[in-house]
Amino acid sequence: MSTEVAEKEAAVKESEALLSKRRKKLITDPLVDDNPITIQVLGICSALAVTTQMQPTLVMALSVIFVMVMANLSISLLRNKIPTRVRIIVQLAVVASLVTLVNEVLKAFAYDMYKELSVFVGLIITNCIVMGRLEAYALGNKPYDSILDGFGSALGYSWIILTVAFFRELWGSGSLFGIPIFDGISSLVGPDFQLATNGLMVSPVGAFIILGLLIWVQRSKTGYVEH
Amino acid sequence: MELFSLAIRSIFIDNMVFAYFLGMCSFLAVSKKVSTALGLGAAVIFVLTITVPLNWLLNEFILKEGALAFLGASFASIDLTFLRFIMFIAIIAAMVQLVEMVVEKFAPALYGALGIFLPLIAVNCAILGGSLFMAQRDYTLAEATVYGFGSGTGFFLAIVALAAIREKLKYSNVPNGLKGLGITMLITGLMGIAFMSFMGIDL
Repeated sequence: MSTEVAEKEAAVKESEALLSKRRKKLITDPLVDDNPITIQVLGICSALAVTTQMQPTLVMALSVIFVMVMANLSISLLRNKIPTRVRIIVQLAVVASLVTLVNEVLKAFAYDMYKELSVFVGLIITNCIVMGRLEAYALGNKPYDSILDGFGSALGYSWIILTVAFFRELWGSGSLFGIPIFDGISSLVGPDFQLATNGLMVSPVGAFIILGLLIWVQRSKTGYVEH
Repeated sequence: MELFSLAIRSIFIDNMVFAYFLGMCSFLAVSKKVSTALGLGAAVIFVLTITVPLNWLLNEFILKEGALAFLGASFASIDLTFLRFIMFIAIIAAMVQLVEMVVEKFAPALYGALGIFLPLIAVNCAILGGSLFMAQRDYTLAEATVYGFGSGTGFFLAIVALAAIREKLKYSNVPNGLKGLGITMLITGLMGIAFMSFMGIDL
């Protein structure tokens, strides 16, 4: 008996496993139960603006993942050095530098994408998810945990915007990643058959309605009710 | 006349909320009561009207390619455009701090009502978005001022209208999963359809 206890103590003293249960939860929680968009209502601005097509949405999602992980890491490393009074400015400076980096990389290697996303990459700076996680998590936790937390939240954000983009591009332009789907189906069925696209989906209105319905589905599944 | 049509366009046709989804976070969070929505809307108009022209000056005389030419010929080739994000957000954060102090001093009731949302204007995408669109579209100083005011007014109209609808909505029976954010998104969508009718106007 006593040896068992001693063993347990030794196990606790050893560093936590690289992907322990608690750390896995950091990643999986924001995906469904605590999703930044549908439950916490953060970061909606950019979620809707770029989602008319899959490709820019994917670029946006990758940019947000990069910015969140790096910002969480930097702020977590600096957390004991930052005076509380100026922390917002420090956070803004860190995030703005990272976003500038993303912007310059896009400009250099994917100029078409840079033109298409235009100001919305810059608006990652004011994306509430980034600031929210920095305030709520990175300021009080160790670097590695903060990386996982940032990655989880960014993934939760990414799958929502990719889902919205999937429906908007499919129904609005009849294609996915620029590959025409509706035309293919129509030509399979017959010469007189033509699947119609819905122009409303391409307009901002479609984004609001799709996201509203997505929230409905997601919240009925998790049973979350807002009062 | 040009300026007037720019103002109308930025208020109704290119509405910050319905056409570009900017400022959605505070748009959704502060639209539960008309009185707080009025306060936040007014603060956004004020901050946008000040920061867009200020950022224009910054962009025109410091950041743009060749803007530093007035310092001498050797500065003419410097392009500081990549500093745009950091400089814009710095100006905005400073201005928001100023507005916060003024409101706290002269309108304590409004300050109490706005609470946490006043400092959050600094991270409101509508404010930074206004400045970034201004830089992208090469406005003149007068146009930038009118654009800042117009887009602020557009946000004001949208948030007050949504708050009024949500106040009435308290008495209706909404399905559990749709309560709160869900139904608000659908309402915003319907309001967006109404605003789309302005798109036909050619100015």
